[in-house]
Amino acid sequence: MPEPLLQTVDLTKSFPVRRGFFGQKRLRLVAVDRVNLSIAEGETLGIVGESGCGKSTLGLTMMQLYDPTSGQVRFEGRDLVGMEPMELRRTRRRMQMVFQDPYASLDPRLTVEQILLEPLNIHSIGTHAERLTEARRLLDIVGLPSDSLIRFPSEFSGGQQQRIGIARALTLRPKLLICDEPVSALDVSVQAQILNLLRDLQKEFGLTYVFISHNIAVTGFMSRRIGVMYLGKLMEIAPSSAIVNEPRHPYTRALISAVPEPEANLQQKKRKLTGDVPSPINRPRGCAFHPRCPLRQELGQPEICSQVEPEMKELGADHAVACHFA
Amino acid sequence: MGRYIVSRLTGLIAVLLAASFITFALMKMVPGGPFDAWALQNAQMIPEELVEMMEKKHGYDKPFFEQYLIFLKNAIRFDFGNSLYSSGRSVNEIIAQHWPYTIQLGLLTLAFSSVVGLALGIGAAMKQGSFIDHFGTGLTLLFQAMPGFVFAVLMQYILSVKLHWVPTGGWEGPKYWIMPVLANSLGPILILQRYTRSAVADVIRSDYVRTARAKGMSERRVTLIHVFKNALTPVVTVAGPMTAGLITGSFFIERIFRVPGLGWYFGSAISNRDHILIMASTVMYTAILSVTYLITDLVYALIDPRVAYVKER
Amino acid sequence: MTTAIAQATAAIPTKRGTWLTLWLRFRRKKAALVGLVLIVLQIAIAILAPVVAPYDPNTGDYPAAWQGPSAKHWLGADDLGRDVLSRLIFGARISIAVGILSQLSVVVIGLPIGAVAGLLGGWVDYAVMRVIEILAALPTILLYILLMVALGPGFLNIIIAMSLTGWLGIARLVRGQVLSLKQTDYVRAARAMGGDTRHIIATHIVRNTLSPVLVTITLGVPGAIFAEAGLSFLGLGIRPPDPSWGQMIGLYQQYIQSAWHLTVFPAIVLAITMLAWHLVGDGLREALDPTIRV
Repeated sequence: MPEPLLQTVDLTKSFPVRRGFFGQKRLRLVAVDRVNLSIAEGETLGIVGESGCGKSTLGLTMMQLYDPTSGQVRFEGRDLVGMEPMELRRTRRRMQMVFQDPYASLDPRLTVEQILLEPLNIHSIGTHAERLTEARRLLDIVGLPSDSLIRFPSEFSGGQQQRIGIARALTLRPKLLICDEPVSALDVSVQAQILNLLRDLQKEFGLTYVFISHNIAVTGFMSRRIGVMYLGKLMEIAPSSAIVNEPRHPYTRALISAVPEPEANLQQKKRKLTGDVPSPINRPRGCAFHPRCPLRQELGQPEICSQVEPEMKELGADHAVACHFA
Repeated sequence: MGRYIVSRLTGLIAVLLAASFITFALMKMVPGGPFDAWALQNAQMIPEELVEMMEKKHGYDKPFFEQYLIFLKNAIRFDFGNSLYSSGRSVNEIIAQHWPYTIQLGLLTLAFSSVVGLALGIGAAMKQGSFIDHFGTGLTLLFQAMPGFVFAVLMQYILSVKLHWVPTGGWEGPKYWIMPVLANSLGPILILQRYTRSAVADVIRSDYVRTARAKGMSERRVTLIHVFKNALTPVVTVAGPMTAGLITGSFFIERIFRVPGLGWYFGSAISNRDHILIMASTVMYTAILSVTYLITDLVYALIDPRVAYVKER
Repeated sequence: MTTAIAQATAAIPTKRGTWLTLWLRFRRKKAALVGLVLIVLQIAIAILAPVVAPYDPNTGDYPAAWQGPSAKHWLGADDLGRDVLSRLIFGARISIAVGILSQLSVVVIGLPIGAVAGLLGGWVDYAVMRVIEILAALPTILLYILLMVALGPGFLNIIIAMSLTGWLGIARLVRGQVLSLKQTDYVRAARAMGGDTRHIIATHIVRNTLSPVLVTITLGVPGAIFAEAGLSFLGLGIRPPDPSWGQMIGLYQQYIQSAWHLTVFPAIVLAITMLAWHLVGDGLREALDPTIRV
């Protein structure tokens, strides 16, 4: 089996939270808890979860925009954590990111040309003329007119701004693109355009995607495999069809059943989750999901759920679940 | 709360150390030896051997840091040495002699500006839109930008030279006090007027609603008492730093009006490059200011504990 | 005050059009306009000093020494017979030069320090902030005096002294801005591309902090002018024979009874200048504040 393009090994990211004004206690907000992922070249891995489950933090940590608290991020076999700065800089060219808020991801005081060429400037690539040609090429790829170069981000619509963001991400010819909720801030009609653009780009340039979203339908459309996160932990990871049609983890099941379907059987049983999502500062002991888990209710509140954290179990066919009873 | 006090105290010590070190280092940098002033004054050249002997005696040949530590050690015991320019009078003597004038000026200024500032502020707030209000605002606008010493000079010209109402300078009697106090009060009056006006205006607005029913004289008395109480709050706020500034004296005002206070003496120390006096005054000045701020902050923290919390973060 | 400025100017122009709006708002305050006109006038006079001044400021007309205003010397002559009006005009050059140059160098020093402290965070930020806090606690006038005594009088030394003390405010302002800019996606994107601290400052920070910085230094100019006047008054600033308003006041203040014109005219000019700059500063502040209706 060829080596995965990106691999995370027990990746953990937590933030210190100062409690109170005189308290010496330093609590930690665990955003990402020992996540293990493996992404093959050319595939799209989707990451879904509710808000606050840590999926965005996961993406940022993979990009080394946050320093991991522990664990490894192996890109092309080499661990990025603790990599020598010069080498990290070179490596960065091969992995880029597309952000959630299209407007916020573009410096409002730079022209589109400056935005697109920033990566080239940083790495001193090409002459000015060559860079301009490249900028025009990039605009063309994402379907924007050449006269966009002299404009400012505020003069574009959300969808167009996201195209600029994507174009910028492609400037350095990366192999991996981490997309953090790339369409969540856009209108539904525009979402489809951007998603199709992303798929076309993947085909044309052989890109690998990590697609982060809270929207399962969208993620299922884009990804070959999907990982489900809850409170910083990976609950289930499987091919998209398996996640959507045969979810094994109780949390995934609840998520799937919540997706509205047009031709739904009106008697479809919706699995409602009770209670609120606990705070990531005070994560439940044992399985993170156990306080709200319907399966645990059904099984009569087994002890193990609140005592022991479930390990990822291989269920065959590339399907893994972190649950004692799945 | 305790942590707040400790952190502020640490800050204070750090500031004093920094101030003393910077002062010391800068004064060491001044071109010319420490005895040049004396030589100038006595129109004599001092023979080299004598200079060396005196340097040894005063410890000027020791390494920099050692000298600094000696300076610090003495400073803590309030021993600053002798002034270079005034034929060896000790700094403490000089301070003892001249400070009272500054303090007197400061107290008079405090009294005067409090009364005027408060009056203008209260008047402006109570009769909003009236002459007093506009007068106060106009004054503020006009004089806020004006440097204190410019105002002093202009006043000196108008009141003393042109109108001959008061003498130009000196400190021999009440007549002499008028201009310096007026000039010194400019800044404080403006500040007090502003703070008082807004504090009282707030109160007025809230009380008016209730007393709108015009229940009679007693209500008005309550309002007045309320007004005064609130008018005093801004005074307390700015009193600390203002007093500190007044105690240390304004070099400009004292020099212009020839008030023989500490500020005036400091001014001449500067002109004469009297290092010892400059060092002493600077350290003292900083110390007084910093301690005053600390006390003000602590009083605040006592009144409003939230201040301590905010600072914690 | 710096945070208020930073907040107010957060809404500052990105597009060319909004500078125009700012100008329109500013224009509505008559007082501010008056100040602006005065300043422009003053700068023009300063630049054109050799042309505008009736006499050379350093040439003494001895027979006219100490004389008050006359037909020949509109504002009188000083102890060496030099024309007061001409000296005031050339003094304007000094004041404006000190005002503007000092603020520029304050930015040159303070912006990078604040930006680096904000970007790097950690112990660098901690150290810089402590240093700033301690230095800020020292009374500025005293620092100026000490520095000028140590460095000696002169134009360049004044600039140096002001730069060494004035960078604190800008550094704090920029650091605050940087802390919030650090969280923006476009700075993250720049880091993701491999941008180092130097690049981020040059490409993103400077651009996005320019407005509050500009406002701060505009408001800082009158303070600088005042400081120079005060220092020169004490004999620490501009040395004779170069003319400076503060210097003139300081030198001749003792002769106010016999030669009032040598003190009063510089005082008036200084007062007007300060007033003009303050009006402009206030106008600018109000024009920028989105909560105030102009």
